[in-house]
Amino acid sequence: MTGLADGPTQAQLDRIAWRRRQTVRSILVAALSTAVVGALLVVAITGAPGWDRVRQSFLDPSIAADALPDVLRGLWLNIRLLVFCAIGSLGLGLVIALLRTLRGPVFFPVRALAVSYTYTFRGLPLIIVIYVLTLGVPGLRLQGMPSVLVLGGAALVLTYSGYIAEVFRAGIESVHPSQIAAARSLGLTYRQAMRHVVLPQAVRRVAPPLLNDTVALQKDVGLVSLAGPIDAVRAAQISTAEHFNYTPYIVAGVLFVLLAIPLIAVTDWVTVRAARRQAGR
Amino acid sequence: MSAVLACTGVRKVFGSTVVLDGLDLTVAEHEVVALIGASGSGKSTLLRCVNLLEDLDDGMIHLDGEHITDPRINPDLVRRKIGIVFQAYNLFPHLSVLDNITLAPVRVHKRSRSDARQQALSLLKRIGLEEKADAYPDRLSGGQQQRVAIVRALVNSPRLLLLDEVTSALDPELVGEVLDLIRDLKRDGMTMVLATHEMTFARHVADRVCFLDAGRILEQGPPEQVLDNPVEARTQQFLRRLAPA
Repeated sequence: MTGLADGPTQAQLDRIAWRRRQTVRSILVAALSTAVVGALLVVAITGAPGWDRVRQSFLDPSIAADALPDVLRGLWLNIRLLVFCAIGSLGLGLVIALLRTLRGPVFFPVRALAVSYTYTFRGLPLIIVIYVLTLGVPGLRLQGMPSVLVLGGAALVLTYSGYIAEVFRAGIESVHPSQIAAARSLGLTYRQAMRHVVLPQAVRRVAPPLLNDTVALQKDVGLVSLAGPIDAVRAAQISTAEHFNYTPYIVAGVLFVLLAIPLIAVTDWVTVRAARRQAGR
Repeated sequence: MSAVLACTGVRKVFGSTVVLDGLDLTVAEHEVVALIGASGSGKSTLLRCVNLLEDLDDGMIHLDGEHITDPRINPDLVRRKIGIVFQAYNLFPHLSVLDNITLAPVRVHKRSRSDARQQALSLLKRIGLEEKADAYPDRLSGGQQQRVAIVRALVNSPRLLLLDEVTSALDPELVGEVLDLIRDLKRDGMTMVLATHEMTFARHVADRVCFLDAGRILEQGPPEQVLDNPVEARTQQFLRRLAPA
């Protein structure tokens, strides 16, 4: 055979050269079209009749600098709440999903409870749950009532674990029954098959939608400010009212996006790594 | 000779379809029995019933004289004495080859990880796949995956090995390596029941061939008798259709 011993044939060399030319061309085209679209956007926005007013009221650097410390302090509350609520709702969601998979008549009440839980808390508006827990529950005047912050966090956990339970359940059901059959045939009990065979595969499959819910949660934790605690958005609102200027909102918005980036990056990395390990690359 | 497996009057119904209709089958120790028959004749269902993956609608199954279809019995304990290998291998994709094999020894039999590892490695060595110990199943060919699945079923040192169409999903050139392994097991005296579509497979490894039809064993005997000189018209018809030439 020609080619293998003496290096690629002329046909292959031509193909490589052609592909290289194509690559260069597409990069140039992409760069040019990006520049054109970008320029048009800038012209359209800055050329708008109200641009100067908008810039003054949304993009004032001195007000941004002034608002930043307060917004950051609020953001710290968001982050702490996010960590607490994410762990809480992932844990509670997993438990509820697992309760739903239990079979046998003994577990009927448990299953029914788990099902009605997901129906109730996915149906109830989060704001109402927060009000009931932060305003209604303290009204009971019970001994050792936790702080409003903890109650607000509990409201978030209750609501989000309803969604997360359904994500986990979808993952569990996506694992083919033959996997359980294989595990059971080896003598594993139902619990062992769940723990060592089904759940590892299920969690890997639903990692992206779980992250989605975590990013949504990151924004919704701010709703506890309805009950008093000052989060980033609330801090921005206060600052806005002080300056008669909307720039603090933009500051908070940018910070939220920055906060989401590492979360998304980490999960992408975890997913890619798991897929790669299984494919053995 | 004592029977390892004894099925008496086994009946299994799916909806309005009667898959097994009072089937009787006895398998002696060290015996290899091949189940043949058309698709839907109940070969796989019988194996799944023996491994208690399906509930019976009537009849009884005894393993080593123990009534295993007694509802009061713990099915997990029974399954530990029976190995089953599936058509689609059913390896665990998230575990390496080694972890696939050691899962049951470590989790079910509570053996130490290093001990289980040693046993798994020696089994893998026997089938020439020790260098694949840390690979994930996706990286293996079909024949390699099926051999790993067989080894995984063997780590429990089962009394009985059930093989459900283990070569049906394989490319023809990969069938040989799986057959060799099964022949080795037969030489070691493993008691096996296998469902198969491949008459050469049945001919080469089975001591006895059972032709299943309409949920019962219609005809059984040594392979040369059943495959070459079948008595029953249905068996003749089935074999003719397989080999039209």
